[in-house]
Amino acid sequence: MMKKSLGAALAMLPLWAGAVLAAESKYNLQPPKSVIAQEIYSLHTIIMLICAVIFVGVFSVMFYSVFKHRKSLGYKAAHFHENTVVEVVWTIIPFLILMGMAYPATKTVIAMKDTSNPDLTIKATGYQWKWGYEYIKGDGDLAGVGDGIQLYSNLATPRDQIYDKNVAKSPDYLLEVDTPLVVPVGKKVRILTTANDVIHAWWVPAFGVKQDAIPGFIRDTWFRADTTGTFRGQCAELCGKEHGFMPIVVKVVSVEEFKTWADQNKTKVAAAPAETVVDAAPAAPVQVAAAEPAKAGKVDGKKVYDGLCAACHATGAAGAPKTADKAAWKPRIAQGADTLHQHAIKGIRAMPAKGGNPALSDAEVTAAVDHMVGQSK
Amino acid sequence: MEAVHGHADDHDHAHDHPSGLTRWLTTTNHKDIGTLYLWFSFAMFITGGLLAMGIRAELFQPGMQLWNPEFFNQLTTMHGLIMVFGAIMPAFVGFANWQIPMMIGASDMAFARMNNFSFWLLPPAAALLVVSFFVPGGATGAGWTLYAPLSVQQGMGMDLAIFAIHIMGASSIMGSINIITTILNMRAPGMTLMKMPLFVWTWLITAYLLIAVMPVLAGAVTMLLTDRHFDTHFFNAAGGGDPVLYQHVFWFFGHPEVYIMILPAFGIVSQVIPAFARKPLFGYSSMVYATASIAILSFIVWAHHMFTTGMPAAGQLFFMYATMLIAVPTGVKVFNWVATMWRGSMTFETPMLFAVGFIFVFTMGGFTGLILSVTPVDIQLQDTYYVVAHFHYVLVAGSLFAIFSGIYFWLPKWTGHMVDERLGKAHFWCSMIFFNLTFFVMHFLGLAGMPRRIPDYSTQFADFNAIASVGAFGFGLSQLIFLAAVIKCIRGGEKAPAKPWEGADSLEWTLPSPAPYHSFETPPVVK
Repeated sequence: MMKKSLGAALAMLPLWAGAVLAAESKYNLQPPKSVIAQEIYSLHTIIMLICAVIFVGVFSVMFYSVFKHRKSLGYKAAHFHENTVVEVVWTIIPFLILMGMAYPATKTVIAMKDTSNPDLTIKATGYQWKWGYEYIKGDGDLAGVGDGIQLYSNLATPRDQIYDKNVAKSPDYLLEVDTPLVVPVGKKVRILTTANDVIHAWWVPAFGVKQDAIPGFIRDTWFRADTTGTFRGQCAELCGKEHGFMPIVVKVVSVEEFKTWADQNKTKVAAAPAETVVDAAPAAPVQVAAAEPAKAGKVDGKKVYDGLCAACHATGAAGAPKTADKAAWKPRIAQGADTLHQHAIKGIRAMPAKGGNPALSDAEVTAAVDHMVGQSK
Repeated sequence: MEAVHGHADDHDHAHDHPSGLTRWLTTTNHKDIGTLYLWFSFAMFITGGLLAMGIRAELFQPGMQLWNPEFFNQLTTMHGLIMVFGAIMPAFVGFANWQIPMMIGASDMAFARMNNFSFWLLPPAAALLVVSFFVPGGATGAGWTLYAPLSVQQGMGMDLAIFAIHIMGASSIMGSINIITTILNMRAPGMTLMKMPLFVWTWLITAYLLIAVMPVLAGAVTMLLTDRHFDTHFFNAAGGGDPVLYQHVFWFFGHPEVYIMILPAFGIVSQVIPAFARKPLFGYSSMVYATASIAILSFIVWAHHMFTTGMPAAGQLFFMYATMLIAVPTGVKVFNWVATMWRGSMTFETPMLFAVGFIFVFTMGGFTGLILSVTPVDIQLQDTYYVVAHFHYVLVAGSLFAIFSGIYFWLPKWTGHMVDERLGKAHFWCSMIFFNLTFFVMHFLGLAGMPRRIPDYSTQFADFNAIASVGAFGFGLSQLIFLAAVIKCIRGGEKAPAKPWEGADSLEWTLPSPAPYHSFETPPVVK
């Protein structure tokens, strides 16, 4: 009985190894889509093979012994208990094998750490629990193309798919976001990571990139996507209750498409951000964007409003102008959008800065103000 | 273990023996204390196991089924803390208490009262951990590593965990001082260091590791405590601190800690294999040197847990090379065990099954460890289920299987009865099969990109998670067979001879079974 199952286990090993090494299989790393991911994939394959060979070698010996050197077969025990030559050999050979492994690994480490000369730089900020992205001014190939664009990626899977067994789950369940990060194909993208609250980690397996996002510090990593497409990852550092619900989606597009996308979104930067970006007025002065690159992007002002501002502005608590109270809002709107934004960000009269939630970004506060203004005109 | 006690009463006439609860509260006897440690460890093993069942029940299918995400985080955190500090470490101290005096020919441990105290610190610490589930906000959900700043955000459950760690640390340090003193001062005449059984050697080295790193952990959690309540900013960048500092301090403790949990296991396996191969241990001195090398290397590899925090290439390379080096002494150990078995005359009673199973499955964990030591691969796999699979291969199939092996090996000596082999073998095969069912598939989950510590997952991971959950419940239930085997052995069974295993040759087998209350009142002479 024991012989049989152990024999079967041994026979399974090559099969298993074969399955593991098959590309695109659910038993292996995701198909690599960047040079680094490709190198990681190959390193893993080589080391797996070396380990598999040693494993089979050592355990063939052990199981041979287990089956042959038994008291029940009348085998008499030998009495040797040391052999200096053998012991030296099996210390030195593993050491040499390790040196062989370390050589390609070292080259990859050095390549991974080389974040110099990026074509595009994006700052990824981890929040409890979503990712924020900001396209940073740089001087690579794509200098000036996306400068100042800011977006927030929230989980797009509806709550009832998570909590209600009877609701069918979407194909990208928990790996879908409302606003994906958009990057051009074939360009070196440098990702700066930081965080707002606790440590998060920005991880996209297809690119072989995983970098902790540490509050108060900036770290960096890079990738160059081989193909266009949509690639999904997740936060990889425990960051509190919604840790499992802050995915990362990267949409890789052609350079032309990226430029078009960037132009459209920069228009939005320049325009006063409204509840829906599509409605953005194209006439706003460009220097506003230059002065305040932070107030940008596709932030859902209504969401911010519902989550925080409504507490006072829906009821008129503490003298707050009620939303949709046109009379109360008219003189305020007359001061200009910019003044209103500044008041909301810095606080005014009974209202604390950012409505009392310093975790909000300027863009979020701005979007919420615009939402209220839109409702109160 | 009443049998031991009953037998001991008529033997021992130097002290009077309180009975009932007072006996256990006031005992200074190494065997009583060993028994207490082992039962405490088993209770914690069941508690931590129930938490694991809670985790696997939630992960059986995609979607949030049973718990909310906060509670799920508490389950993973407390499962880790309880298993590491409550189950595995005290179990080895239990073995040390029972076995070290008998194996070196001493009558008891060096500091008998401190021994009592170091055990009785543990139940209050465990109570703090368990009670923390019921305080406002629940237990800490920051992961067993308690990374700042997440741990700074937690509720008062975190404070209870910090105090529990302080207390358990104090207990470990006292236990270690006791073990070192006993080993260095109380060996029988003629037993030189290089004649000590390997189990004693591994514990001597482990005890030094404990003394070196438990204060470091205490420092880390104390800094957390002051960051939480007294406005210090050790881990807060806004106050000039650094969250990554916590990780450096924690893993400076944490990596030696994993060897604290495996070296005594190596020791147990090194006693069991020669006994059942009826052949002396191959390469005794290289085993000792390998153990010492692993212990020393364990102090210079900590940052391999932190490759994704972003450190300079030189740092990543240093920690990669140092980590890979550990494969050399570990390999030597595996080769030595196989060479001990080679051309032996083997039988496969339960202790041997667990020891051979240990070598086979632990080695898989060793190989995944080697794969993870390669920085670029680690960066892809860090914080995924691959890592979860890796450390359960070394901690469950490694430490836990060795503990089972040791229990079955020495139970005849402790109770005076042989273990029911049918139960023991059933326990082994069920554990082995369900263990692999649970954890082997986790490698695939990690490779495919499932992060650890998430309460819900994308549907592509559903089938492997279902398999792992079935395996986990099977593994949990298998441990009831273990309980049955142990209780049956304590209550009766075939009388055990002084030396029930033909090839066993250390000093404890020269004592009658069950071992007398005081092991060697006149020290034996070792030639």
